[in-house]
Amino acid sequence: MMTNGDDAVEVVPVRHVGRYVAGFVVAVALAMLVHTLFSKVSTGQVSCHTSAGARHCHPVTNWRFGWNVVFHYFTSREILSGLLVTLELTAIAMAIGISLGLLIAIMRLSHNRLVSATAWVYTWFFRGTPVYVQLLFWFNIAALYQTVTFGLPFLNVTFAHINLVAFFTPFNTAVVGLGLNEAAYMSEIARSGLISVDEGQIEAATSIGMTRSQTLRLVILPQAMRVIIPPTGNEIISMLKTTSLAIAVSLVELLGAATNIYSANYEIMPLLIVASLWYLIVTTVLSTGQFYVERHYAKGALRTPPPTPIQRLRNDVRGIAAKFTSGRSTARASS
Amino acid sequence: MTTPMVATTPMVEAHGVHKSYGAVEVLRGVDLSVARGEVTCLIGPSGSGKSTLLRCINHLEKHDAGELRVDGHLVGYEARDGKLYERNDKQICAERSRIGMVFQRFNLFQHLTVLDNVTIGQVKVRGVANDAAVVRARELLARVGLVAKEKNYPSQLSGGQQQRVAIARALAMEPKLMLFDEPTSALDPELVGEVLDVMKDLAKSGMTMIVVTHEMGFAREVANSLYFLDQGVIEESGNPREVLVNPRSARLQSFLSKVL
Ligand SMILES: Nc1ncnc2c1ncn2[C@@H]1O[C@H](COP(=O)(O)OP(=O)(O)OP(=O)(O)O)[C@@H](O)[C@H]1O
Ligand SMILES: [Mg+2]
Repeated sequence: MMTNGDDAVEVVPVRHVGRYVAGFVVAVALAMLVHTLFSKVSTGQVSCHTSAGARHCHPVTNWRFGWNVVFHYFTSREILSGLLVTLELTAIAMAIGISLGLLIAIMRLSHNRLVSATAWVYTWFFRGTPVYVQLLFWFNIAALYQTVTFGLPFLNVTFAHINLVAFFTPFNTAVVGLGLNEAAYMSEIARSGLISVDEGQIEAATSIGMTRSQTLRLVILPQAMRVIIPPTGNEIISMLKTTSLAIAVSLVELLGAATNIYSANYEIMPLLIVASLWYLIVTTVLSTGQFYVERHYAKGALRTPPPTPIQRLRNDVRGIAAKFTSGRSTARASS
Repeated sequence: MTTPMVATTPMVEAHGVHKSYGAVEVLRGVDLSVARGEVTCLIGPSGSGKSTLLRCINHLEKHDAGELRVDGHLVGYEARDGKLYERNDKQICAERSRIGMVFQRFNLFQHLTVLDNVTIGQVKVRGVANDAAVVRARELLARVGLVAKEKNYPSQLSGGQQQRVAIARALAMEPKLMLFDEPTSALDPELVGEVLDVMKDLAKSGMTMIVVTHEMGFAREVANSLYFLDQGVIEESGNPREVLVNPRSARLQSFLSKVL
């Protein structure tokens, strides 16, 4: 029994020796990695200067990873406009992927066999072929059909007329290719969310007189979101990086801009680092956003929502501070 | 002509109602009559078709044969010019909204607060203005003793509290009939009383209720009539204070010896 009285028993925590050893090994490895990242190499040239009447010469050294080049191009106009194209492409392709994916998921659950079979075939086709091939396909489709006309077949009724050659610019090709492909993946994610909602919820909604579409919109979808959001976050992050395939349709996005620059100045590694850093930055921002959206849709599912990173940090700091002010104060005084 | 007739017709009337799932015949000709303002208890062994009968009454399931009337109207059909016209989805939803249903597992909307659970049907189905719906919801939550919990989510409530919210949610639709499917079976014994108390109050207020239950005490005390359903047919029925004390059929005798 522990008591809070004068004769309180001291509690000695277990020493985790293994953890300290593992921590030490990892720390050394990290230090080595950082060292190579920022180490300098001789360029073979010599630079000289005079100071206080004496002439000093020393070999010119450079960052092995060309950080000065990285820094120079990091916010250059070409890179930033490539980044903008990447962001636009990600946003539009995902918007298409999410809305079309949701529609296909709902179609999959339809009682009409033709409707659900069509949805199944769509997913089968677009998941079953490489996205790179699909991009090339859309890029070349104008060779097959110069124009498309929307209307009723065999009836001479037309609603719209599209010139495919003019429509399939590199950007539009990438949007269509990536968006349609994404819809296939998103539809499976949406479907798993929809079927995760308890059947009792649907019964309850029906019993108070909601129609099928009200039940879907007001009861099923909001609860399915909790299941749909985390993998959708992954899909957005994955899409951000997949946009780099748009080089195949000669679209100059972030990687394309970096490629253009290094094919002129041969600074390959620094420019790949520039592109990678931007991808990392955007991914970090997206992950943070995902956390808050997830938290929003977890409402009602958990008795207490998880702490935000800021709350967690505050708790950690408080916990450490408490440790130092209480138990450790005597130890520090004696050392 | 029609007014006196409606006043005397039973709230629910079933004649030879059949329902099968594939080859399994679950309801095999059920006859039942529930008068307005009365409480009817439905008892029977597991799998006898009690839930199925309730689900047919509010048209969550379609019965295959027989006549089923709620408030004088055929469930799911309209009789006109000597023909039966199947009702469209909108009419069925409207019909259903006036029949409250309370489930064994509460089925509160998990993503909505207690207050929103009680307002959503009013606003989205009955078209009540939001402010009026909130006022009405608070009244109903007060009636089931849960005003303090209106901002909580269902997962933050005890089973008994959740079931009382579910009753308030059903009442918010201004039902003319309430169906209860084993409302206390999923509750810890000490929470059963609070839900039964709410149901007793409701019965006193004149609500027509059909209650599937294993609470024989409630049946004896509150119910006006009792039906014993066994293997898809009504095996015995009558005044619960007589039927429960002096069961005539051997099946009811053996059922009661197991439950009591
Ligand atoms: N959707 C369905 N498909 C096939 N069979 C079903 C379906 N719903 C119910 N049944 C069957 O119908 C029979 C009656 O079910 P029901 O739920 O009405 O029984 P119950 O009297 O409510 O039983 P319990 O006391 O266990 O709730 C059972 O044998 C059940 O397996
Ligand atoms: Mg049942």
